[in-house]
Amino acid sequence: MTQDEIYDQLRNIIKIYLPEDVSEENITPESHLVKELNINSSHLVDIVLDVEDAFDIEIKDTELEAMDTVSSAVEIIQNKINQ
Amino acid sequence: MQGNDFRNAQKIVKDLKNRVVITGLGIVSPNGVGVPKFLNSIKNGVSGVRFFPELQKLNFSCQIGAKPKVSEVEKTNYFTNLELKNFNSNGILYGVMAGLDALEDAGIQKKEISELPDWDLGVIFGTGTSGVEKFREAIYKLDAGKVRRLGSTTVGQTMASGISAYLGGKIGAGNRVTTNSSACATGTEAIFMAYEQIASGTARKILCGSCSDDGPYVWGGFDAMKVTTFKHNDQPESGSRPLSATASGFVPGSGAGALMLESMESASERGATIYAEVLGGHVNSGGQRLGGSMTAPNSVAVQRCIKKALSHSEVKPQEIDYINGHLTATIKDPVEIENWCVALGRDGSNFPYVNSLKSMVGHGLAASGSMEAVSAVLQLHHGFVFPNINCDDLHPEISNRIDPRCIPLEKIDVDLRTIVKASFGFGDVNACVIFRKI
Repeated sequence: MTQDEIYDQLRNIIKIYLPEDVSEENITPESHLVKELNINSSHLVDIVLDVEDAFDIEIKDTELEAMDTVSSAVEIIQNKINQ
Repeated sequence: MQGNDFRNAQKIVKDLKNRVVITGLGIVSPNGVGVPKFLNSIKNGVSGVRFFPELQKLNFSCQIGAKPKVSEVEKTNYFTNLELKNFNSNGILYGVMAGLDALEDAGIQKKEISELPDWDLGVIFGTGTSGVEKFREAIYKLDAGKVRRLGSTTVGQTMASGISAYLGGKIGAGNRVTTNSSACATGTEAIFMAYEQIASGTARKILCGSCSDDGPYVWGGFDAMKVTTFKHNDQPESGSRPLSATASGFVPGSGAGALMLESMESASERGATIYAEVLGGHVNSGGQRLGGSMTAPNSVAVQRCIKKALSHSEVKPQEIDYINGHLTATIKDPVEIENWCVALGRDGSNFPYVNSLKSMVGHGLAASGSMEAVSAVLQLHHGFVFPNINCDDLHPEISNRIDPRCIPLEKIDVDLRTIVKASFGFGDVNACVIFRKI
């Protein structure tokens, strides 16, 4: 799976959790999930569950901490898939 | 303080109390979702009781029940898609719908996310138990060692105060936001708690009411106790028979009722439509003494609750035009009528009109008091008494005590002025409120 494919799929997962005043267009690779996209931090665990289901991987608590931006999430997912 | 001084002081305190009025109604009932549909159903005696194959499959004795019908599209009018993701709590669904409808009916705007909360607006919304289906999901995952798969919304959906938390957040309530729980007295108690808060001046507006979850996991315990009917599985609509000689147990139900209570001052300032004034009420317990128990009411306490509600409201028994009963369709209905007779000192043809919403929608458990209160206020406002269905064979102990004409089998158009609603719950707890048209 290419980085672009992972990014597109991740974007589709993230957009569900955007607050009403943030649109899908605001999502870029550099976006910080909580600070820039204003995603409620309690929903990060839900995003992780959706990612696990979508990519058939398991993300550890320590890795969750590193998933702060969209691009860092893509990187973690890519590494997991390649393992 | 001397006697006269004390009485004067009491009067001053009384005069300082804010008058409390109802400015909005919302309902999600098995026989009608939304006030217009519900109003039409109660005028015409439409039953919301149905047969549920699921209950038959699970070996329930009582395979009929009453649930509101809510479409997926309707849900999106009250919840965001994100909120509906992994959402599985019927009580919260019904409560949010009824609550937001009552707020809108009252003409009160929700606070936007960017605005400050409304410090004068509170929520007192009761329930029996929350998110039972969600809790079941969680238990299966937990037992499989997958606690991390519960997601972020399990707590919010399963905590008892889930309903008041959902509503409080949606409307931006900044006053007291809480959930009360007193079994089948919950809904009526919530109205009285809201009344007290506004009368004392600690809030100007309280969205109050109650809701109940439904389905086998809520209803199963009652089935096991044999307090539900097993005789009408093939005739669901005639299964709920309050006041009838052939009443054989209640039909389990669910839903939500909501009332916007507001100080008279606040309602007048806003030019709001006033459905009725809440004159007062009383909440008590029989202490599971004198024949009362976990499951049975104590008549002394029931009568006391009604009498105290009248005196608190400064209403004479003779002024009561209509009783919205608890009347569940068990063998205890004649006892309830007897208690009303004693408490009001009225019987025969001097008894007020009385009916039971449960004949149409079964027993909504924690939701029953608020759904029934909404039906009572609608009758007061529109001037009618809805028909009791399924009691053409009145229980002889009831017909010996009060004139059968007090129990309409067809809708009666009549100008009502002062009415009373009471609910009695497991744990020997009672709640009674009095409404007046102004």
